[in-house]
Order: sequence, then C-alpha cells, then structure tokens
Amino acid sequence: MYKFISSLLIGLSLGAIYSLMSISLVLVWRSTRVVNFAQAGQAIVSTYIAYEVVNRTGSFWLAFVVAILAGALLGAIVDRYFMRPLFRRVASGPIVAIAPVVATLGLLGVLRAVVGFIWGVELKPIAAPVSLDGYSLGSEVLPFAPYNALVIVIVAIVLIVLSLLFQKTNLGLSLRASAYSPEIARLSGVRVNEIRTLGWAIAGAAGAIAGILATPTSYLSPNSLDILLVFGFAAAVIGGLESMVGAVVGGLVLGLGVTFVSNYVSTSLIFPTAFVFLIIILLVRPSGIVSGKRSRRA
Amino acid sequence: MSLVVTNLSVDHGAIRAISGVSFTVESGKIAAVIGSNGAGKTTLLRTLSGLKSASHGSAQWNEHDLFSVKPEFNVRHGIAHVGEGKSVIAELSVEENLHLGAIWRKDKKEMKSTQLDVIELFPILGERIKQRADTLSGGERQMLAIGRALMSKPQLLLLDEPSLGLAPLVVEQIFQTIKSLRDQMALTVVLVEQNALGALEIADTGIALNLGKVVVQGSAQSLLNDPAVRAAYLGY
Repeated sequence: MYKFISSLLIGLSLGAIYSLMSISLVLVWRSTRVVNFAQAGQAIVSTYIAYEVVNRTGSFWLAFVVAILAGALLGAIVDRYFMRPLFRRVASGPIVAIAPVVATLGLLGVLRAVVGFIWGVELKPIAAPVSLDGYSLGSEVLPFAPYNALVIVIVAIVLIVLSLLFQKTNLGLSLRASAYSPEIARLSGVRVNEIRTLGWAIAGAAGAIAGILATPTSYLSPNSLDILLVFGFAAAVIGGLESMVGAVVGGLVLGLGVTFVSNYVSTSLIFPTAFVFLIIILLVRPSGIVSGKRSRRA
Repeated sequence: MSLVVTNLSVDHGAIRAISGVSFTVESGKIAAVIGSNGAGKTTLLRTLSGLKSASHGSAQWNEHDLFSVKPEFNVRHGIAHVGEGKSVIAELSVEENLHLGAIWRKDKKEMKSTQLDVIELFPILGERIKQRADTLSGGERQMLAIGRALMSKPQLLLLDEPSLGLAPLVVEQIFQTIKSLRDQMALTVVLVEQNALGALEIADTGIALNLGKVVVQGSAQSLLNDPAVRAAYLGY
C-alpha cells in the first residue's frame, strides 16, 4: 500500500513536469507546425541561468522567476530571429517539411554546446527550496518528499494561469484564433506574427519552468534535459499534439506509467515503457487520448 | 467617398490572375463581381484586403491606400473581408468568433453594443451564442462570418461567395441581409458571386470578369439586360 501511494504521488509529480514540457511543445506545434526540438536547449540555457542566480543570491525563487523570464525571452528570440526568417526563405517544396526539424535539432546542439562552453560539462546541483527527504507514514518513509508536493502545486498553478489566459482574455483569444486559422485572425485585425512570437515566449516559459523544477531531484549538465524533451514529446503525442488538456493528460499518464513500471517491475524499463505507451497510442488512437471527433481543441 | 481600383494586375507566380482591372464603387452601393470559376474574383478580393500583393495598379478607399498596409491594419481602416466558404473559426464559440471581429477595438462598451446589433440582425446567433461554430448549419456559419466582419464596424465590406453551398431559401435571406446592410447602415459592399442573378438583383453596379479581365461593367440593371451577360452568366 505504501508502495502504491508513493508510486502514485511520485508519478504525479514526475508527470506534472512532463506536462509542462509537453505543453510547451504543443503550443509551438499548433501555432507554427514545428516540433521544437530546441525546446530542451532553450530550457537548459534558462536552467543554467537559474543555477547561476541561485549560486550568487542563494534564492531559489529569484532563480525561478529569472528562469521564466529568460525562457520566455529565448523563445521569442528563437521565433523572431530564427524560425521566421527560415520560413521566409524556405517557402515551398519538400524542404518545407524537413527544414524546421533540422533547424531546431541543430539549434538544440548549438545551445547545448554554448552551455557546455560557458559552464563546463561537469554535473551541477540546484538545491531544492524545500526538503527532498520523504514524508514518513507510520514507520515507513515514502520516497514522496515535500519538494515533490511543491512541484505538483506549482504546476497546478501554472496550468490554471495558462488556462485562464487562453480561455478568458483577449490575448488568449488572439493566440487561439492565430493557431486555428491565421488568415481569419489576420482579417479580424490580429497581428498574427507578433502573437505567434508571444506563443513561442509562453512555450519557452513553460519549458523553463519544467527545466528548473526537474533539476533539484537530479543534476544539471548540458544534456540533462534531453530526457525531459523525449518524455514531453511522447506526452504531447499521447495527448494528440493539438490540445493543452491532452498535453497535461499525456504527461500525467506517462509520469504514472513510468513510475509504476520502475517501482513494480524494473527501473531499466523506464524508456521502453514510454515508447510502448507512445506506440500503443499511435496504433490505437493516433489523434490522441483526449481528442474527440474533432482534431483541434483549445 | 468611394472605392477606386485602378489598372490592377495580380500574378500567381508566372500566371496573371488579374489583368488591368479598373472600377469604382460609390459609397453606400453594392457592386456585384460576377464570373465563373477561375475568373479572378477571389484573387481580386484577397488583393483588396491585403492577403495577396498586387503586381501593378492601386486601390484607394477614400484617402486610404489599401496596398500600403497588411490586412490586419486594413481592418482598422474600416475594410472587412469575409473569405470564401463560411469564414468562421470552427473551434471557437459563436461568441468568441464575434469577439474576434472586434478584438483590435479598444472600446469594450462599443463592442458590446455592436454585438447586440449583430444579434438583432441575426437572432439565431444569439440563440447559439455559447455553441462551438462547427455545430452551426451552413447558413448560420455564413451569418456568423458576416457578423464577425460587422463587429469591426466596417465601412467597406468585401464578401466572397456568401451563397456558396447554401439552400436557395437561405441564399435569399443572406442576399436580403446584404441589401439591408446597404440600406440601413450605408455600408459599401463588394460582392463576389457565382450566383450572378441573385447578386445583380440586389446590386447597384455589376462587373463581369473573365480570365482576370473585365468583360463588361455598368449598372446592375444594364448587366441584367445585356444579352451577352445573360447568355454567359445568367443562363437564359
């Protein structure tokens, strides 16, 4: 029973982080039709910046805020000065499908290299703001710690803020309209290019939060967030790639699945589990677990 | 006050889609642009709203040069374009589609009152206000598309094939609404239609396009009486 409860809670906190990464991929995909592999690179940059802030000020929360801002800024820069010129140049032919993949993978490599050049390749820790020691239940000590609880709370707050932003504000309406139908949005007076850059910024911020939240329970290195990218992408596909709700559900399903398999079967099965989920979803329900008949949803 | 299009040419790559087209639409009038598939009607509207760029020529709405800005700014100059094929966003609710039409406007009170006007014009939209647009019928979607355009309080309305794929009764209703927009709100309308008869019957002037060129233009009545137009576009 302890094992079950702790698997459930750990799975949720892991899944919460996957959800954020997944959301950041979905936001970019549905507005730009690009799977942004560079998201892991953007997140690694913002997380190293956070590491630097923690080192100098000792404040995790200041670092958290700085990471969000840095992630948003970086997302906006990648869209405005990298993707937009790319799409202007590469406008037609078979290259259109492959160019963004190559470009974002290349950018991932560049960002990792830059980080390695500045901070070196050795593992760096970011201290958690609350205890990493598990709660005790009777005589048993759960692996679930206050930090895991904090992660769940933070991600829940982020999700609420994002859903209010998207559903209740004019900005959110512009973001959704631009993603669903750029032409109708444009004819309605939405400045679609600027809105898309803003979407990349929000995605960058979500990825940055995932990066800094994932680090205290492990270490930071130039490629330490690559795994998060893989799981975030798997979660996004499980959720149908178009839907933010799907991204969250996909993240939680994956987090729980991976944790249960590693606790009850074997830790070495973490990666295969994720891919088995992915393949099952692609075979059984390729439009994702939350999508209904319609392919796109807010 | 008028829309003046002068010597307009538009290219799709190597193909000339519109060639030396000139016409004027006086303020508060409906101009019907008729022609078969591939005549360049849709291209003409897309160029006027700025979605497509012109190769030659100019278009002025009063003092405003339509080709000087992007479409998202043309709408701020009172020019609204309803695209071909029920141009609504299926994933958004009726209300969100309407709000989208006024999203650039600062005055929220004015937006609310415009929304009431639109719902008075199309009561069915009021009944369906919270529904997703993809639950609407074809006619309701076209009403929503026009309603969204009206939310920007336009002076010049560019309508692309509003009758496309609709039942005859609904087509009649849409045409009567367009007529009332002119009569009651003094809107200027460029109405692109394959349904030449229906369009010319409510229009003040008519322009027949063929292969990107103006074949004949004049008062709508004169086009209706023109034997060549009747044979080519009206089918009697």
